[in-house]
Formats: sequence, structure tokens, C-alpha cells
Amino acid sequence: MAQAAIELIGINKSFGAVRANRDINLEIVRGTIHGIVGENGAGKSTLMSILYGFYQADSGEIRVGGQPASIKSPNDAIALGIGMVHQHFMLVDNFTVLENVILGAESDALLKKSIAKARSELERLEREYGLEVDPDAIIEELPVGLQQRVEILKALYRGAEILILDEPTGVLTPAEADHLFRILRQLKEQGKTIVLITHKLREIMAITDTVSVMRQGTMVATRETTKTTVGELAELMVGRRVLLRVEKGEAEAGGVKLAVKNLTVKDSRGVTMVDDVSFDVRAGEIVGIAGVAGNGQSEMLEAISGIRRAVSGSVMLDGKPIDLTGAADPGELRDRGLAHVPEDRHHVGLVLAFEENENSILGYHDDPRYLKGPFLDIDAIRDDARDKITKYDIRPADCRLKTANFSGGNQQKIVLAREMEQDPGVLIVGQPTRGVDVGAIEFIHKRLIAMRDQGKAVLVVSVELDEIRSLSDRILVMFAGRIVGERGPEATEGELGLLMAGVEHREAAE
Amino acid sequence: MSMPYAKLPAWADYGLIPVINLAVAFVVAGFVVLLVGENPFRAAAVLVEGAFGRGQGIAFTLFYATTFIFSGLSVAVAAHCGLFNIGGEGQGYIAGLGIGIVCLAFDSVLPWWLTFPLAIIAAAAMGALWALIPAYLQAKRGSHIVITTIMFNFIAASVMVYALVGFLKPPGSMAPQTRTFLEGAQLPKLNWVIELFGAKIRSAPFNISFLLALAMAFLVWVLIWRTRLGYEMRTYGHSSKAARYAGISETRIIIIAMMISGALAGMMALNPTMGDQHNVALEFVSGAGFVGIAVALMGRLHPVGIVLAAILFGMLYQGGAELAFEMPAISRDMIVIIQGLVILFAGALEHMFRPYVQALFASLSPRSVGIEAIKGKGA
Repeated sequence: MAQAAIELIGINKSFGAVRANRDINLEIVRGTIHGIVGENGAGKSTLMSILYGFYQADSGEIRVGGQPASIKSPNDAIALGIGMVHQHFMLVDNFTVLENVILGAESDALLKKSIAKARSELERLEREYGLEVDPDAIIEELPVGLQQRVEILKALYRGAEILILDEPTGVLTPAEADHLFRILRQLKEQGKTIVLITHKLREIMAITDTVSVMRQGTMVATRETTKTTVGELAELMVGRRVLLRVEKGEAEAGGVKLAVKNLTVKDSRGVTMVDDVSFDVRAGEIVGIAGVAGNGQSEMLEAISGIRRAVSGSVMLDGKPIDLTGAADPGELRDRGLAHVPEDRHHVGLVLAFEENENSILGYHDDPRYLKGPFLDIDAIRDDARDKITKYDIRPADCRLKTANFSGGNQQKIVLAREMEQDPGVLIVGQPTRGVDVGAIEFIHKRLIAMRDQGKAVLVVSVELDEIRSLSDRILVMFAGRIVGERGPEATEGELGLLMAGVEHREAAE
Repeated sequence: MSMPYAKLPAWADYGLIPVINLAVAFVVAGFVVLLVGENPFRAAAVLVEGAFGRGQGIAFTLFYATTFIFSGLSVAVAAHCGLFNIGGEGQGYIAGLGIGIVCLAFDSVLPWWLTFPLAIIAAAAMGALWALIPAYLQAKRGSHIVITTIMFNFIAASVMVYALVGFLKPPGSMAPQTRTFLEGAQLPKLNWVIELFGAKIRSAPFNISFLLALAMAFLVWVLIWRTRLGYEMRTYGHSSKAARYAGISETRIIIIAMMISGALAGMMALNPTMGDQHNVALEFVSGAGFVGIAVALMGRLHPVGIVLAAILFGMLYQGGAELAFEMPAISRDMIVIIQGLVILFAGALEHMFRPYVQALFASLSPRSVGIEAIKGKGA
């Protein structure tokens, strides 16, 4: 007999004039995986925040295990057996895994005892669910995939029976995501209930039992996963038909625009993250770098763009070599026509506290177009920003609005507009559509292909294999800091997956 | 998770909230006054009357405010670059050395309007130099600026004792201070401006460096929001990673911001020395550098806010002195408690009432209130 783990009845929540949730009814059956999909701002995060006690609903009722529950804080939620894995991890970066797991759930006044107790419990959980993490590793030194496992362990350690995962695969690769899904299935078999918030319809299809679609604060549909299609879900989400795969013509590759030579990068601990990597990107082609997160892609991007100092290596930009080992300056590379859309737009690509127009000159603030002597030419900057807003359909169309108030997709468009409109010869893009909604993904992909068709060299690093396959003219696969293979866009997912996992597979190559 | 509070209109953000904070500070201070057996309403009346009631009081209030504007601006400039300069006290104190040397050398040969620019340069240079060393250590060695600037306050204090006793004081004098400056190093008073409005002033040290302070407030605004340098400072202040990405040199921006901050702190020494005492004495800064932190916080790091906050603190200083005089039960230390409460509520607990005010605004007039985008963190 299917029993409801959670029932939400008539939930309403407004923030000022915005009704983030309207009359939401939702029933989540115990021991199932329930997906919730919807675009940015559809209200799914708000709904889950109400369930987890971050916010209180204005009206409505929550029942957990059939009993009406009053959830006023995350502590109440945890007491009811609800655990949450956030998209932006809630971890203390300079603590170890173990310390993070027990944080707030210390079993003893003395830390040493708590840690000893937690260690054995953690080892049991790790074994049971295949969640291997070194308990003594420092969080900031772990790749995101492992950091996420720590988040899951944290919830399990607190005895979670119902696990809410907010965009869990946003930062993972197919392999890591598959591993996560195995873990989730295992959890389900043991009777745990899982709520999965995502915008990736493929994952919904792959793993959920039931799926609910939200749009503009309302619950528009709940379907059994086996009885729906990706197309139907996408249409329900957006409210119109969407193109799921970009259309593009053949690449007409020209001369080499960007040549990376013998690049080696070490991280702060002296571990080699990029190991003697060389490759070319030609004018008029998109080269995609596929790989599991944490295999050196981030470090490579940072080195090529001059943010991180390399141990050895250089880039050839338009035939001129630039050494990356010395004090390589991002400004100098930018002057030579290398534009960079960084992976982390929140901390690197944008200053969230700035007005939109201020961000639209970040990195190009030395350009005489934006200056009058030592002074900023405010009118020129704002006019320029308004142009980009129109051209890239950035919403809301207000160049004086604080950047933090734009949605993820629009923030990404701000960065893309800034970098693309400088008319660079080479564009390197890290995670072009991370945390971006379906409508904006379509737009961003079209723009990248338009850049290619203008004869620019485009380098895309993404952990979304679908994205790499649909955008790239050539695919390079990175594993353990090396490029382990090159494939055309027709390569199958399985073939790339094996390369990404570091398996030398002859048949795959043939 | 972004806070889902409604955004306030600017007038409420910059006007209403500080007024509420201030009102609460005064209510709590009122209880303290009640506790020592005095009438809080009369005390408040004495305080305000003492600060603004007569021309004399206004002049003193603005005299104190002058110093606080400089020190507040100093803190704000560094803060916009993400640096917490606690060394304003020392930077201002050591600037007295430069001022002393310039004034002693030129007061007999130059008129004040030539000595003053030289003294401004000397004060700014000494302050900037005193900030340069901690800045360099932060930029190159990663030594935390809060620690080093505090330590430099102590070093400045010792250096000044050494300089005053060693060579600045006239030979044979027992007092650790310079001789009185001649007219060539005395700043003209501005008391006549207040007298224009019909008030009477017996004697008050309100002087022309107030105008310099206002000019600096304007220049700081231009620097922070209208220049490339200010843009780079703000970028670094918000995100050092974004600054690196934008090609901004960390070393350069830290050093420049701290030197500007130090120069502003140095300039606060002009007011008490050339404007008031006409000498450089031991401990003439007397805590104004630290008050600058509260002034900058209360002024929301904006020059206009800083000028207003500086006047408020000037009022507390002047009115407080009157209060201690008028009500013997309220000692000088009580005044410090009241000032502390203002700092507590207006500076440290600045955001305490914000959520309530925001909730109120959101429920009153949802239309007029801009809403922070409800960012679904997913999708």
C-alpha cells in the first residue's frame, strides 16, 4: 500500500507582490524517487525551502508521514527525518569531511569523542551506499563531485528518511551523475524517499518514479515517469515548444587561432592538475573539452586565461607566443583577443553587488571607450550596457539593477554579452549553461555557434556531455590532467564515457 | 539562499532605518540615565541644546565633526577595497609630525594660506606612508591588515613621544609639545559663518579645515564611483577573484587604497593642531581615528552619510560635554556609554530592525517596493 511520506496541501507563499507558490498540492509516496522540474523562478526552490523550514508558508498544511507537521526551522525538518542537499553546498571549506559531517550534530561535548564516534558511523555509511570519501580530506581540496557526497553523508548521518536534492547533477559529469543515481536507487531500495529538483529532463526520465512540473509558482502537472515524454515535460515547463538540440551547419575550420603548448599546472598543494597538455583550436570551429569534474579542466582554463600561474607552458595567440609561467596577466591576454567566460560567474565572472552596467565592463574597464581620462564615462558605459541588454535579451532590461537580482540565465548572458561583444579572436567558455534555464540554454548555444560561424576559435569546457556533443566540432577528453583522446561530434556517449573514465578502449576507437 | 526580503526605497534605506536605530539608541540611553536618577528627557534636552542650541555649541559640534569626517572617509575608502583600516588613529597621529615640522619651519615666513597647503601635503604624506607599510605587508606577505594597522597605532604613539620629547618641543620646556604656532600656521576660523545667522560665539575652534573635509568628501565620492581606480577598488573589495579575472593587480590596488586611506586619516590631524591648539601635543588625536570606524559604518560608507554621521558624533561630543557639566550625576563616562550605545545600534546592529521595516513596507504597498528576484537556485 503506497503511503505518503509527505503531503503538501494548499501551500501559498508570497514575497511582497510576487507569489512564489500558489495553492500547491503535492503528495510524495514513501520509498519513491519524485522529481520536481521547472524553470528558474518557477518556485521549486521556494517550495522545498518551505518543506525544509527556511521559510514558512503563508497558508497551507504540511503532513509528514500522515501527521500534520509544523516546520519552523531546518532543525524541525531534520527532527522529522527530512534532509536536504543544496545546490550550493553548505560546507565549511577549511574543515575536514568528518568535521563537516558532525557539524551541529556533535554527539559529545569533547570534539575528539564525537569525531571517533562519527568516523565509524561514516565508514559504515560509505560502505553501505558506495559513497567513498576520505574522511580526513579538507573540503576545499575536494572536487565538487566529492563535496556533494559529503552533503549526502551529512544528511544520512542525521538520520534522514526523506532526502531532498536540489539540482544535484548541476556540477557532476555523466559518470559522477550515474554514480549518484546508483546511490539514490540504493537509498530508495532501503525505503528512503527522495525528492529530486532538477531541470534536466533526461535525468528525470532515467531515475524518477513520478514527476511534478512547476511553472510560475503553480504545480501544472504530476505524471508517472513511464507515461510521459521529455517533449511533453519541456512543453509543460516552458509553456511552449522548445528546441532540445541546436541546429548547426558544417564547420569551416581555418588557421590555428589558439595553440596551447606543453601546459602543466599544479594546485596549491603541489599536485599536478594539468599534465603537459597541448592542443590547437582553429578559426571557425568549436572544440569541446569533455571530462569528469576535477580532472584538471578548471585549472587548465584558469591557466590559459592567465588567472592561475602555470608550471610550464605557453599559449600561441594569433601566432604570437605568451608565456603562462611568469606573471601572466589576464588583462594582457584579453588585449590579445582572448575572451574568457569563467566557470564561476558568481565570484569570478561577475561582481554580484555591482549594477548590471558596471559588470558589463569588468575586465575591459581600461578600454578608452569607457573612460574620460581617469574617470569612468558613465553615459558611454550605460549606453553600451543597454545595447547589450537589447541584443542579448537580458531581462529585466534595466542596466542599473543589481546583478544579484538577475536570474542565473540572465547573469550568464551578461557575461557572454560582455565577452562576445568585444569581438575577440578566441573565446573560451567554462560551463556555458550551468544553472541556466531551458530557454536561455537554447539562446546561449545559438550564440556560441554564431561566434563559430563568424570565424572565431571557440573552446568550450563543460561537464554536460550532451552540451559538448551538440556544440563541438571536435571533442577532446580530459582525464587525470591529460588529454586522453580526440573524437568527432558523432562519438557516442558510451565511447566518450569510457575515455572520461580513463579506460583505454580500443574497440571504442575503431 | 538569497534573503527574500523586499527591497526598500532609497529614502527608507538611507533615512528611515538610521533614524530608527538612533531612536532606539537614545531610548536605551534614556534608561541608563534613569538608572542614575536623572530625568532622561531633560538630559536629552541638555544634550541637543548643548550641541545645537547656541552658536557656540554649533561651532564646537562642527569642529568635532571636521575630524570625524576625515577619519570616517579614511575608513570608508579602505572598506570599499575590502580592507579594514583600524590604523586611522596612528596614521593621524604620525601626521602630526609632518604638520609640526612644516609649521615650525614656515610659520614665521609664510602666510597661513601658503603654510596650509604645505601642511596638507605633509600630513597626507605622513599618513599615507604610515599606511604603506601595513599595506605592503598585506599585499606581499599576507600579514593581516587589521593586526598590522593596530600595531602601527602603538608604534606611532611611541614615535610621537620620541619626536615631541626629542626635537619638536622647545629646548628647556618641560611640556611634551611644540611651541605655539605663529599666525602663519593658524587656520582662520569659520565662526563668522554661523554668526551670519544671528548666533553669538564667544570663541570656538571651528575653522577652515571643515571646508577641506567637505571637499575631501566630494573627492572621495568621485574617486569611488566615478573613476577607474575606484571601480578597481570596488571590484577587489567585493571579490578578489573577480579582480584577478579582470586583470587588476592585487598588490597595486591594496597599496593604493591604503595610501589614500592613510592620507585621509593624516589630514584629520590638521583640525586639532593648526585649527585649534596651534601646537602639536601629546595624544592630540584622542581616539578620533577609532570614532571614524563608527562614523563610516553609520554613514553606510557613503560620503554624504559620513558627513551626517560625523555631525551626529560631533553633537554627541559637544552635547555630551555640556551634559556632564549640567548634570553632575552624569559623568564623562556616562557620555561614553551613550556614545557607545549609538555606535552599537547604528553601527554594529545596523540591520536589526531592517527585516521588520521591510516586512512593513511589503505589506503596506507591495507595488512601490522593488522585489529581489526570487531566484530558483535550480533550473
